[in-house]
Amino acid sequence: MRLLSRKATCNTHGQDSSYFLGWQEYEKNPYDEVKNPTGIIQMGLAENQLSFDLLESWLASNPDAAGFKKGGQSIFRELALFQDYHGLPDFKKALVEFMAEIRGNKVSFDQNKIVLTAGATSANETLMFCLAEPGEAFLLPTPYYPGFDRDLKWRTGVEIVPIQCTSSNDFQITSSALEEAFHEAQKRKLRVKGVLITNPSNPLGTTMTRNELNLLLSFVTEKGIHLISDEIYSGTVFSSPGFVSILEVLKDRKCENSQVWDRVHIVYSLSKDLGLPGFRVGAIYSNDDTVVSAATKMSSFGLVSSQTQYLLSALLSDKKFTRNYISENKKRLKQRQTLLVKGLEKAGISCLESNAGLFCWVNMKHLLSSNTFTAEMELWKKIVHEVKLNISPGSSCHCTEPGWFRVCFANMSEETLNLAIQRLKSFVESMNNQSHHQMLKSSRRKSLAKWVFRLSFDHDHREPEER
Amino acid sequence: MLSTKASRDSHGQDSSYFVGWQEYEKNPYHDVRNPTGIIQMGLAENQLSFDLIESWIARNPDAVGLKKNGASMFKELALFQDYHGLPAFKNALVKFMAEIRGNKVKFDPNKLVLTAGSTSANETLMFCLAERGDAFLLPTPYYPGFDRDLKWRTGVEIVPIHCSSSNDFQITMPELEKSYQEAQRLWLESTAFDCPKFISITEALMDRHLENTDIWSRIHIVYSLSKDLGLPGFRVGMIYSNNETVVSAATKMSSFGLISSQTQYLLSRMLSQSKFTSNYMEKNRKRLRKRKEMLVSGLQSAGIKCLKSNAGLFCWVDMRHLLSSQTFEAEEELWKNILYGVRLNIPPGLILPLLGAWLVQNLLCKPL
Repeated sequence: MRLLSRKATCNTHGQDSSYFLGWQEYEKNPYDEVKNPTGIIQMGLAENQLSFDLLESWLASNPDAAGFKKGGQSIFRELALFQDYHGLPDFKKALVEFMAEIRGNKVSFDQNKIVLTAGATSANETLMFCLAEPGEAFLLPTPYYPGFDRDLKWRTGVEIVPIQCTSSNDFQITSSALEEAFHEAQKRKLRVKGVLITNPSNPLGTTMTRNELNLLLSFVTEKGIHLISDEIYSGTVFSSPGFVSILEVLKDRKCENSQVWDRVHIVYSLSKDLGLPGFRVGAIYSNDDTVVSAATKMSSFGLVSSQTQYLLSALLSDKKFTRNYISENKKRLKQRQTLLVKGLEKAGISCLESNAGLFCWVNMKHLLSSNTFTAEMELWKKIVHEVKLNISPGSSCHCTEPGWFRVCFANMSEETLNLAIQRLKSFVESMNNQSHHQMLKSSRRKSLAKWVFRLSFDHDHREPEER
Repeated sequence: MLSTKASRDSHGQDSSYFVGWQEYEKNPYHDVRNPTGIIQMGLAENQLSFDLIESWIARNPDAVGLKKNGASMFKELALFQDYHGLPAFKNALVKFMAEIRGNKVKFDPNKLVLTAGSTSANETLMFCLAERGDAFLLPTPYYPGFDRDLKWRTGVEIVPIHCSSSNDFQITMPELEKSYQEAQRLWLESTAFDCPKFISITEALMDRHLENTDIWSRIHIVYSLSKDLGLPGFRVGMIYSNNETVVSAATKMSSFGLISSQTQYLLSRMLSQSKFTSNYMEKNRKRLRKRKEMLVSGLQSAGIKCLKSNAGLFCWVDMRHLLSSQTFEAEEELWKNILYGVRLNIPPGLILPLLGAWLVQNLLCKPL
């Protein structure tokens, strides 16, 4: 008799992927400005560390929020006992208003349609449990966040079928890619229950175009399936074309009373926009009452601490704070991204043009020894072990083309980022020198050969043929 | 279009346990604003010792202010999402768990997995130990929430181990064997073996010198701070196991329900202070005993008996003599009378299969 479940003993948690391995290497030898200046710089973690000062100063001016007090009175008891899976009403209200603010108030949210979960990790898994049976599938555009292999599939038994996107059109979703993915699923005898997109995209750092969103809506309408839009990075959009939420497109297309209205679900979290992954705050938003009802009950398995709900309800209800935070945070993200992009440019490395996220999608194809994933792994290992930068290889994100890497820029100081860019620049230079050296060597060989040839033919007075 | 999990009733929340709760929500008792409302006696909460915790917090503002020796810990905590858990918190927890067991056993923080409440811990253990269609045996009567927590998303079955009032609902070997006939796996839950004080399963194993045997790796403990400390809102649960594979898998699975770092920090500070924890445990036990005695003697004077108990936040009350007939229909009738007529929410034994009409009556949740 098997003592443990297959889930416990197999590898479908996906944590043997390079995404996690790189993390482990970093843990063994982490960079520290003072204590370990030659250590590995962590550029594989999509954290937002740029705006903590704003949060800390708010906390310092509002000690009641963390101190379990309201209007000077202790509400410790109420919070300690509050385990209602419907969530703290004040928090839900503040959260949906914050979400609307991020979307320029072009859409509004109903706090009765939001379900709180312990992080987006929990939200995504819960949606899978609500929308699909084991063995059914969701289509995801590549490249995608490596954690999805665990979050969406592990305990749910749901499959992921990729929608292959390529650099030929900046990795945008096309209707042919959608159809191909759907057929691939059918070939594998998998029933497709929906499409899951991350908008803005991880790892691309781009917002989806209106065209793509319209395409997706038409596709899921025609197939009668769900659309999940993971908008966890919605507050990190720092330049044009700006963020268009799927809800905005639904509104524009006047879909409020149509069937597809109930089949679009949004996932959100405060881990990226506010930089609070430790607090475990995620949410599902859906127009489908049954989904909201089932997900609410399922949230019992991962509720948000009432202590945290209260603190954040006070924070997010402060509109002066949120307005300032959103705009200041964007400024800082933009400045950092520019620093990285320009720095990489000087090293002869280009990035996908991006306007959001905490990372750049970097093109290192020209540094590969061959256009293969083996060469990509080779390059990645060199970058981790020799250049001492932990960056995420595109293959871990299921990218179809070798040579792309995700490089994070918001989880370190400016000095450290500059150091990382320097290291990369030196690495590229040394690679160029090496290949220049190889070229020199081979051209010297060529001239030597010519010279020998000429010598040998000299007394014939015949001109050697050009090689 | 939705999964069967989402559309069917397998969440078990149509049971009278939850219905009673809903009725209470519509008409809750309040000594000033609604003195004729329904008194909630169906919620196993411990509200007796908040003063001790509140006064600790008042003396230790850094713990809520996310500071350590005056320096801000905000950034570290905001970023801390390591599913191995805050080391200081795990250390404080294992110390506390050992203290509760009179320090007769010790726990290793590396074998502890933190989860968002024991609801999450129990479900996670099911995912780790069983496939869909496998079963666990549970002695009746049991907590109604198990029907959802253990079965809903996991597809695991529960097979009851029938216990009866004839021997005060103790588990017997014949009943265990009977249940085993219908099931595939055995899960021994922590019980008090015919003894006036609590004996942890770990202690029982050590007494029998089973530390390095196969069975050692098949015993798993679930714990939470929701009852002992009265903090259900903070979502603090855990799994403790000697089986490395279980600890490893459960740790990764805890990603789906991690404890807020803000909460881990506060509680790590509080539970690492032995002066606080020993004082808390002593006072809390005294207060619980006093309340229980109050309820038992009160019921006695109404001609109602309780099962002799020495733990928990509730009594197991015998109202069989109040039934119109010895049937579950009569029990449900009585339950409705008590809910709507007497205006007390007490969950009936019906939902706790299968033996006779026993009604759970909680110690009073609100202090008098």
